[in-house]
Amino acid sequence: MSDVSQPAAHPPVTDWVHDFDHTAPQWTEDPFPIWDELRAASPVVHTERFLGCYMPTTYEAVREIANDTEHFSSRRIIVRDVRPEVTRNAAPPITSDPPVHKPAKQLLLPPFTPDAMKKLEPRMRAICNELIDGFIAEGKVDAAARYAKYIPVRAIAHMLGIPESDSDLFINWIHMILELGIKDESKLLQAVQEMSAYFRAHIEERTSKPTGDLISYLMNARDKEGQPLEESHVLGSLRLLLIAGIDTTWSAIGSSLWHLARTPADRERLIAEPGLIPIAVEELLRAYSPVTMAREVVKETTISGCPVKAGNMVLLSFPAANRDPKVFPDADKVVIDRRENRHAAFGLGIHRCVGSNLARMEMQVALEEWLKRIPDFRLDPAGPVTWSQGTVRGPRQLPFLFGKAM
Amino acid sequence: MTERLRVHVDPDKCQGHARCKALAPELFELDEYGNAHEAGDGIVPPGLEDKAWLAKSNCPEIAIEVIEE
Ligand code: SF4
Repeated sequence: MSDVSQPAAHPPVTDWVHDFDHTAPQWTEDPFPIWDELRAASPVVHTERFLGCYMPTTYEAVREIANDTEHFSSRRIIVRDVRPEVTRNAAPPITSDPPVHKPAKQLLLPPFTPDAMKKLEPRMRAICNELIDGFIAEGKVDAAARYAKYIPVRAIAHMLGIPESDSDLFINWIHMILELGIKDESKLLQAVQEMSAYFRAHIEERTSKPTGDLISYLMNARDKEGQPLEESHVLGSLRLLLIAGIDTTWSAIGSSLWHLARTPADRERLIAEPGLIPIAVEELLRAYSPVTMAREVVKETTISGCPVKAGNMVLLSFPAANRDPKVFPDADKVVIDRRENRHAAFGLGIHRCVGSNLARMEMQVALEEWLKRIPDFRLDPAGPVTWSQGTVRGPRQLPFLFGKAM
Repeated sequence: MTERLRVHVDPDKCQGHARCKALAPELFELDEYGNAHEAGDGIVPPGLEDKAWLAKSNCPEIAIEVIEE
């Protein structure tokens, strides 16, 4: 019998076009030339790995799939080695298809509007400054591990009403689900169980003492018939908010700082023109989009002229779409004042990221506060920069020198 | 005579990315779900034409129309 806890070995890739593997070290390190190669070959490529998987390589093909909920299901959202049975209410609404998707999504939208995010902004500025206080005297820092990583986790903990001091626990769950879980089912299941138990305890507390946070909000939610949500739905949505809210934005902040550390001209311009930061954030989101989603083909169809067959997964790479030179002139360059930028970093269609307004606010505040206090910084040649694997891409080690240490 | 511009959001296409509101707050409003619609009758006051085109070219869902009247 095969042991599901045993991570599968992935043979090295020799032919990217017909045998791509988004978990390969070369892809993790620098996917951009690979995407260019795939895009030049076809708008949709296929690999036998992951039990059969397509990848749209152009903006148009990504867009077609994202908007086609008839042939593509969201019931599986990670491209992995295994396809275990689908669990109901895994993480609604991201794992739901129409027609159940809409009410689940509409429930989560009001707490994440731009106006709601404005109210959160002062707390975000305080968090960023507390983090900077913790290392500014040292003249060097791993900006991924000690800055970017803790901004989104503390923000979402604040919104959910769970202790910000449990951040490391949450970060570990995310790592088990989104990275280790691609190859090791048991890690994923363990993390999901631990998260559910954690949230159940918080739900229990609030049954006698309701609070104003997102957990109470979901507990108090009623459907059209006036019924409360099933417990599995509340837990699924809570897991989603925690999972989706953490390493995505942590990656986006890290990539942005990585870019600014290596590009003094852009850094100086943002310091001189802080009003440009929101526009620059959009370009950094385009160029270093952290999130790749997945779909499952449930009905045979054609995408950009390419036939796709049911039973395969789709690696829905918004990052690759955002590098399509047909839609973005100089797609491989970061143009921090790019005017026309309909990037798809937060997805397209009905599954548009619920937290996009939160992520944008966090990125703007994280860059503003960093640049105010640490205007001059560069990569530390003594330490490596490492990147995460799989669904979410961003720096995991980002050693910087600044101040006197430079 | 210069033409007058009008913006219109297709409610079936809009997914609430809120790019329009960020780039042209005078021309768009968001509802309680964060989905956009044009402010008032959508007529673009003189001087805001650039913002109308900018919002259109930044909407990821291609939900914004700029109509030259
Ligand atoms: S940018 Fe487009 S999708 Fe986003 S809120 Fe405006 S109209 Fe809707």
